[in-house]
Amino acid sequence: MSAWRAGWRKVAEKARPRLRRPPLLVLPAAGWFLWFLLAPLAIIFVYSFASKGVYGGVVMKFSLSNYVRSADLIYLHIFWNSIKLATLTAASCLLIGYPMAYVMATASARMRAFLLVMVVVPFWTNFVVRAYAVKVLLGEQGPVNALLASFGLISEPVVFANTAFAVWLGMVTNYLPFMVLPLYVSLEKFDFSLLEAARDLGASPVKVLFKVLVPLTKPGIVTGLVFTFTPALGEFVIPDLLGGAKTMLVGNLITEQFLKTRDWPFGSALSLLLILTVTGSLVLYLRMEARRQKAEEGA
Amino acid sequence: MLEIKSVSKSFGKADVLRDISLTIKEGEFFSLLGPSGCGKTTLLRLLGGFDRPGTGEIHHNGVRIDTLPANQRRFNMVFQRYALFPHLSVRDNVAFGLRMKKVASREIASRVDEMLSLVQMAALASRSVTTLSGGQQQRVALARALVNRPEVLLLDEPLSALDLKLRQQMQVELLALQRRLKHTFIFVTHDQEEALTLSDRIAVMNDGVIDQVGTPQEIYEYPRTPFVARFIGSVNAIDGEIKDCRPDVIIVGGPTKRMMTVRPSRDGFRPLPVIPQGTPIRILVRPEKFKILKSAPGPEQNALDGTIREILYQGPVTQFFVQLRDQILIIAQPNTAVTARKGFSGGDKVFVAWAPEDCLLMGRDGPLPVLESPPVDPALSDAQLQLPLGIMEDVRMAGGVAQGG
Repeated sequence: MSAWRAGWRKVAEKARPRLRRPPLLVLPAAGWFLWFLLAPLAIIFVYSFASKGVYGGVVMKFSLSNYVRSADLIYLHIFWNSIKLATLTAASCLLIGYPMAYVMATASARMRAFLLVMVVVPFWTNFVVRAYAVKVLLGEQGPVNALLASFGLISEPVVFANTAFAVWLGMVTNYLPFMVLPLYVSLEKFDFSLLEAARDLGASPVKVLFKVLVPLTKPGIVTGLVFTFTPALGEFVIPDLLGGAKTMLVGNLITEQFLKTRDWPFGSALSLLLILTVTGSLVLYLRMEARRQKAEEGA
Repeated sequence: MLEIKSVSKSFGKADVLRDISLTIKEGEFFSLLGPSGCGKTTLLRLLGGFDRPGTGEIHHNGVRIDTLPANQRRFNMVFQRYALFPHLSVRDNVAFGLRMKKVASREIASRVDEMLSLVQMAALASRSVTTLSGGQQQRVALARALVNRPEVLLLDEPLSALDLKLRQQMQVELLALQRRLKHTFIFVTHDQEEALTLSDRIAVMNDGVIDQVGTPQEIYEYPRTPFVARFIGSVNAIDGEIKDCRPDVIIVGGPTKRMMTVRPSRDGFRPLPVIPQGTPIRILVRPEKFKILKSAPGPEQNALDGTIREILYQGPVTQFFVQLRDQILIIAQPNTAVTARKGFSGGDKVFVAWAPEDCLLMGRDGPLPVLESPPVDPALSDAQLQLPLGIMEDVRMAGGVAQGG
């Protein structure tokens, strides 16, 4: 754990100047965290070791059965579905969002402001509405089919509803801004003369990208991946609306435990496992980063 | 040999470069000098391959290069803000170019070490470049470019971010490096003193065109246009009219009854032009070419009379502001023991005298309207004239005050 702590300290030191004593102004934030984040987490933690009452209540009797149950192949498969979807979403957002952020960061000041607004505009509507909008767009009478037909590419309307493609499109549309904004922030600070310097030193365009641009915008890339992967992992509304609820995801599973099956202890255990998956992957990343930095300093 | 053949470049409606032609010799320290916005950086970027010329061609040793991208030219650039890679150490920054060219790792190590010791950065090789001072970053940027053994090194105002002392020290180091490595250096600067100190030849640029190309001595002593004269050092302008034009002397009517005479320069470098009688002209005189006298000099000297308005003691020189009837002349006198004891003070009636050989003839609004100019002896144009020691100080002092006032 010490490598992780060292890695974390490095991140923390970079993030803000060190303060000896936390000022009083920290209290509201600290109180908020305690009350609305740590307390619920503690409750979930306790519940996850309890068991379900006959009529859906929580019986406070210590047991590991919820965890044993979640290791069942069915549930592991559901977890795997979620991880696949979240990974695909985050990776797609990165591939689409990086060029977008690059264009934004290199545009003129006026164009930049306009593009920023365009990225933020989707937040003005509820995300369920946005998911429905994608559904309408892809509908058999929708504009996408109309466009394809007008080019003579198709004779029959393509059925997008309840396909993996529709789910992917809905997820990417929804999460793209969370990728583009952090990428934009790190690209906006980027000194673009470094790209010229790299070209001047004989680097091919691909080398310029992977030896200079990507390493120097890594903080933005990592933030963007965390901001998209984490919520996508628990997502179930978009897959339900656009995918026809064909695949069970962790999000569905947990909601069901709390709202339908009324098995709160099992739901708590699943939630905790989900949180652990996310933090686990972050810890893994920070650890690798710390090790890499150590190796570099040693060299 | 680098040949720039009638190159033009415009961005939108702005013509940044207009029909530039220039030849730069192998191993030369060549400066592009001009005020900001004159197009010098654009020209450098065309050479580096970061922009393409609108029209015209660039050839290097007979090969056309303006169509090649930057990573396929054996040119390297030292950027104005260094553009060092902040995620890499000093050593990795310098090794970057060689790694891109897939040089064997053992050779990379030895060449990087050699270059780092050449720029005196060997001790800091494993440091992160973000922890270095401006001068150290400058050295790393130089090493990073030079380690590739470029055919031409392009330098975009590399010293402008440094403070005066460090800049002067780096000038000396840069010059020593160039003499030793014998690469062609093309150096962009807006600092006339820097260009004079460092260059074998200078191209003075103004508003997208090259006004003059020559050695520092030629540029300073024989500016071709009023712009060059004013940009390199400071000058006084005295308006007049041609009264008589002979091969060995031109007589000019000036602001006073006393006629002014213009003679060929002492080294014969610039013979007198042929100008018709009555042409309005302008005589330019450098502040340090004037002498300030209490009584009128003999007829072999030019002289104007006036009143001392201001005396500024500046260490190596004293600057006098002398009021004529409708203009003020700036005169720089070296502070030798003799002049210091002469004891001028504000309000004194004095004579400003200068030699007929020290006149620069110009038109009223541009270069001289020359009808017919005797050919320049080619042997003389290649002659290496040496600037007298200490003149740099005088030029700088004179230039500094003239710009301030």
